[in-house]
Parts: sequence; C-alpha cells; structure tokens
Amino acid sequence: MSQLYQNKKVILFELNEETYGVSIDHVVSIERPQAITRVPHVQAYVKGIMTMRGLMIPVIDMHKRFNMAESLETTEERIIIVEMDDIMVGLFVDSAHHVVDLSPSQIEDAPDIVGGLEAAYIDGIARYEEDKLLVLLNLKQVLTTNEVNDLKKIEA
Amino acid sequence: MDTNQYLVLFIDEGREHLQNLNDKMLALENDPNDLSVVNEIFRSAHTIKGMSASMGFEDMANLTHKMENVLDALRHKQIDVTPDMIDALFESIDHLEAMLDQIIQGQSDKRDVSDIVRKLQALEKGEAISNDSEQSASKSKNGAVESKSKNNEHGALNETEWEIVSKAKDVGLSAYFIKVNLTDDCMLKAARAVMVFQAIEGQGDVIKTIPDSEKIEKAEFDLTFSFIFITGESPDKIKHDILTVSEIDQVEIDEITQIKAQENIIESHHQTEKKETNKPKSTAPVQVNKTIRVNLDRLDHLLNLFEELIIDRGRLEQISNEVGDHHLKSQVEKIHRVSNQLQETILNLRMVPVETVFNRFPRMVRNLSKELNKKIELVITGADTEVDRSIVDELGDPLVHLLRNSLDHGIELPEVRKENGKSETGTVQLRAFHSGNHVMIEIEDDGAGIDRQKITAKAIENGLITLEASSKLSDQDVFHLMFASGFSTAEKISDISGRGVGLDVVQSNIRKIGGTVSVESTLGKGSRFTVKLPLTLSIINAMLIKLGEETYAVPISSIVETMLLRQIELKTVNKKEVLIYRDAVVPFIDLRNFLQVPHSDSEASKQAVIIVKQSNNYLAFAVDELLGHQDIVIKSLGNYLKNVEGISGATILGDGRVALILDCEAIA
Repeated sequence: MSQLYQNKKVILFELNEETYGVSIDHVVSIERPQAITRVPHVQAYVKGIMTMRGLMIPVIDMHKRFNMAESLETTEERIIIVEMDDIMVGLFVDSAHHVVDLSPSQIEDAPDIVGGLEAAYIDGIARYEEDKLLVLLNLKQVLTTNEVNDLKKIEA
Repeated sequence: MDTNQYLVLFIDEGREHLQNLNDKMLALENDPNDLSVVNEIFRSAHTIKGMSASMGFEDMANLTHKMENVLDALRHKQIDVTPDMIDALFESIDHLEAMLDQIIQGQSDKRDVSDIVRKLQALEKGEAISNDSEQSASKSKNGAVESKSKNNEHGALNETEWEIVSKAKDVGLSAYFIKVNLTDDCMLKAARAVMVFQAIEGQGDVIKTIPDSEKIEKAEFDLTFSFIFITGESPDKIKHDILTVSEIDQVEIDEITQIKAQENIIESHHQTEKKETNKPKSTAPVQVNKTIRVNLDRLDHLLNLFEELIIDRGRLEQISNEVGDHHLKSQVEKIHRVSNQLQETILNLRMVPVETVFNRFPRMVRNLSKELNKKIELVITGADTEVDRSIVDELGDPLVHLLRNSLDHGIELPEVRKENGKSETGTVQLRAFHSGNHVMIEIEDDGAGIDRQKITAKAIENGLITLEASSKLSDQDVFHLMFASGFSTAEKISDISGRGVGLDVVQSNIRKIGGTVSVESTLGKGSRFTVKLPLTLSIINAMLIKLGEETYAVPISSIVETMLLRQIELKTVNKKEVLIYRDAVVPFIDLRNFLQVPHSDSEASKQAVIIVKQSNNYLAFAVDELLGHQDIVIKSLGNYLKNVEGISGATILGDGRVALILDCEAIA
C-alpha cells in the first residue's frame, strides 16, 4: 500500500486540525475558494461545481465526506484540485500549506481507525519533522467506489 | 521502407475505395450491363491492390488481385454478370473491410480467404460456383501463380506502364508479355531467371516483372515468372534467346498493344450504345475542390479556444454594460459580430455530410432484404445535409436500428404486399434535411404501419400501462410506448431486431446527442420515424432564469413560450397543479422544489412561467425571473458527476460563475 508514497512529495492539508497528505502526482493545483454553484440531486458532500481554465470541476466538502463536524469559514480555506483516472475534482479543505518529502522509512501502515476516519480511506501514517504525524489519503477510495455506487442508487 | 507514416493515408484512402467499391457494386447489381461501372470497380480494386502491395499487406493485395481477374474478364466480356458473382464480389469486399479493420487495430491483414478465392477463381473461368470441397483443396493454393487468362496479367499494368507501352509503340517498338516456365527439376530458380534477363539484355527494356524483381532474385515464385519487355526485335528471336538458358521448359510471348486496342474498342462501342447514361459518367469534367486534410484534434482545439473566447466575450459585454461608455459599447458590439461569424465558420469546419453515416445503408438493406426474403428499395435523399462531426459519430447506431426496424417490422413479405394491393417491392425512404436550427432525419416505409392494438396489448402485458389508461391514450401516446424500456413487439426474436433492447436504446442514444425521436403511422400505409437533431452540440442559445439566488440556463430550442404567472390560471387535478395550454392539460412544476433551491426571503418568487415541449407533451415551469437569452457554451459536468437528474451540463456565465443547463426532456 504505502509504496505509492515511497520517496514521494506529498502535499499537506488540514481538516479539523488534523494533518493529511496527498501525493503531489495527483495534484493539479491549489486554488483559493471561489464561486461554487450548487448542484441538485447529488450527494450532500458535493459542495457544487466550479470552473478552472474552462473546465468544470466538482468540489467535494471534505468535512462532509468524512462525516466530520463543520468548521468555521476562515481565510485559510483552499481547494486542492486533484486528478485520478479521468476524474478531476476539487477537495475543499481547511488549509493547505506545504510540501514534504517522505521516504519509505517514515511511513507506517494505518491502524484501523484514525481520527474517526475509516481505514479504507487511508494509505498509511507518516512521521515528519521529528514529532509530527500525517495521514496519507487513499485518493482512489475517496473519489470512487462509494460515490459511484451512491450516485447510481440516486439515479435508479 | 518505413511505411508507418503512410499507414494513415493508406487507411483513409482504403476506406474511400472500399466505399466506392460498395457503391459501384450496388450500381452494377442494378444495371449489370453497364461496363463503365465495371471499369470504375476495377480501378478501385486495382488501386487497393497497388496500395496494399506497397504497404506489404499481401493477403489484401492477393484478394484484390483475384477480384481484379474476375472484373477484367467481365470488362472484356469473357464472362457475364451473375447474381453469384455479385454476391462473391460483395463477400470479397467484406473480407477487405475486415482486413482493413484488422490493420487499423494494429494487427496484420492475415485472414482466411481461401473460400472466396476459390469462388472468384471459378467465376473468372466462367464456371458456376460449386461448393465442392475437392475443388477447394486443389485450387486454394493461396497466391500461387495459376493458369490465369493472359489478359488478366496485363490488367496489372498501371497508368505509367501503359504510357510507356504506348510510347514505345509510337516509336516503332513493341511491348511483349513474356511468360517463362522453368522445368520441374530446376534447382536454381533465381539464377535461371537472372540468366534469362541477361540473355535478352541489350535487346530492349524490362518494364515490369511478375512477381517483382526482388522476389525473383530471392526465388520467391513457383516455376513461372513473367515480365513485360519492350523491344524492336521479333518475338521469335527473343524466344530463341531465352531458350538458350538451360532448365527452361516453355516460353510464351504475347504482344500487349492488341489488348489495349481491344479495350478501346469496347469502350467506344459502349459509348455509342449507351450514350445518355454512359457519357456523362466518363467524360464530364470532374469538379475538383481545393481541400486539405486537417487532424480532428486541431479542429477540436480550435473549437475549445473559441469557446473560451465566447465566455470572455460574455464577461466583456457585462463589463461594458456596467461602465456604460459608448465607445466601449460599440467596440464590444463589433467584437460580438465578428465572433459570431467566426463561430459560424468554425462550426462549419466541423460539419460533415450525413452521407458518412448513410453510405453503409444500401449494403445493409440489400443484405437484410435477402435474409428476410423481402423486396425492398432504399431511397436516400439529402445525403449531403451537414451535421456537426460529434453528432455524426453518435448517429450511426440509432439509425441502423431504426432502419432495421422498418425492414423487419414495417415492410411486409412480397406475397402479403401483393394481397393487399401494394407493389411487391417495399420502399424505405431515408431523408435528411435542415429545418431551422435542426437537422431532421426521417425513415419512412410504405409497410404495414403500426398496429395500435398490438402495442397496447404488449404494453399492458409488460405492465407499462393499465387497461383503463390504454383507451384514453391518443395514437401518438400509444406509439410512444414503443420507446419505453423493455418493450419489443417482435413475435419471434430475430437477428435483425426484437432483442428487447429496441427503441428505448435508440431514444436514449439520440437524447444523448441532444435530439428527439418521434413516430407517426397509419395502419396499412406505413410508418415514419423522425429524428430531430441539433446542428451543433457545443454552443447553444439559452434562456437564463433565476431561481432564488441561483441562475440556470434553459435551451431556447426546448422553450415554446414564456409568460407571466398572473396571466395564467392554475387548476388542481389529482392534487397536482396544472394549467390549460393550447387545449392540453400541462403539469405545472415548481422548479425551485424540483431543483431543491434553498429558500430565500425575497418576495420576487414565481413571477414567470416557461412552457417547454418534451417529445410529446408540454410542461410548465414556474421560475422567479427571466434574465434574457444568450449564446452559451455547453460543458459536461465531468466524469465524477455523471447523469445528474434534470441537468444536461453546465456553462460559464459572463461573471465567471457556473450555471447549470436544464435537461427539459428529463424533468417530469
């Protein structure tokens, strides 16, 4: 599992004061919050749709995606545009700051539950900058399966 | 030789020639005596042979060569056109198409064609096709040089070679077709062949060898090789010189000029005989348009850039309205006009005639009518009607299905037709034409028509409607049931249609490209299916509406009328709000509810009503405000949000916000 992140650069972002990481390979850009148009008949965690360079990009509210409590609006909020398997979405997060280099030795397999997050969404736990911890997201899981099934249910 | 760079060209031209073969074969079937058509078929086959041989696709070259032999015998009136022959030639074309498909998929052109090769060889000799397996065993030595009639070998001469031959004749030289047979026990075939060429060296020029010189040098031939020799010497002298080489069994020499002359005679004879029909075909000057081939990606990219321009134009217009400066306004208007023309031009670039879809139908109808034992004539009109490329790509399958449907369910068997006082041959009309901002495609047959009783019975059986409801339905509504999913009235399941995935798939495919399909029918007289398509998919004119704080776009093409809420009178039927419009009861839908728009405090709600037309009924939408109409660029919501109910896409407005486009067909 964790080989995905071996010697990889990872973009760090915050959700409810917890730090998460997503491989820079999948990150297209990081945007400031902008006008997002609500879309009816979709999952509650789909915040809406925004546009970037002529493309339509659905935005996922990561708090709602992981059933976390909503946090207050701040000026730090960012939208991380990620792309994977022909799917491009924006992840709405509390803040996104820096990039870290992770070597395999820093990465451990995830315990069952981390910060209330199901293991399926997690690729591993990494230590960085001596005493800090971050959760490596399993982006594929975040973007596919559940949503696809749920959406199909809605259609039917 | 690196042939990869030519592969694309080969595939393009191969397709064109195969299509031409198909078209011309159908023409030949209609008029078997038209030699000019045979000549055209021959030319296309010949070109394919040449192209495939130079690309190294030997099976393809071989098969076309065999076809050529038959065609050559035909045009020299050695054999006559027979239905078997037409079938065999069509079969060959099918094989060639399959080979081309294999090549497109990056495979080789290898394909078992021994069966058809045997048929062609039998035809060439004027024999009836037999399915005798012994014959196939003895004759299917694929590609081996066999005892073909001599004329056929000359047929392999290309234009330049003919030119050389005729020039040689002008200066008093003669061209000979020389066939050399080596003895059975010849060990060094290549060496003998080289010695033959040495023996006649200096007496003239070899302009072509069969097989080509490379293969001769590698001894890649059976015991026979041939060549064309231009010389001033007598045939006897040449024959004598060749026979000085040992291990030569036999030498045949024929003069070529006669053949050419013979061909001319046939052609001139033909022209006098059928002046009206033949002459325009062979002598009318061909109008040549200057064209270039452009990669589709580039056109798509151009369109993408243009779409960005349209969005920016919208922004600019908004700013100019806010600023209110006259100079700015007039300049923005100029940009508006120029970009409108630009839009038209760019969209025109992407237009292709529906012919590209239609041209496979004559063959399909021919095959199907044989299979069904029906006599059917397909009449195509408006094949030059142009549609956006992206639409054409999606149009093929639905049309195939509708056509099959007409052939299978519409047109009756010849006996039945006769009994009903119709001509035995049924007619299916395939029409395409422009109508306003739409392209219409109609498939009309003069067959049995749709039986209302059968449809309702089936619909009741499948639980689509109830018995009580069925009597209240208009004919239109009943026919529309055929497009419901899981509906198929075919009594027996055939290969052609009636597999249960019928018209509902047609409808959903056509909806996907923004079109609608409808049907009219008169029992006993026939049916007509009409497909209505937008001219282009990417830029449409839309009405912008306001719902609470949100803005949505409704395609103008869906809107029948807009009015103010106070102008209409709402009634309640079955606890649902309706209004009477044009004598119809129209459901009144509160779009705010349907689209789950958050409540706002503004009092300005529900001021206007939009009447939209679905394929066979009206709907009324209550909206807060109409914001006016403008050109919008349709964008897909992407792969993450597929098939959002009631939404067909999104667009970017002048202020950079995203507005969703309503799919009026999907709201109920």
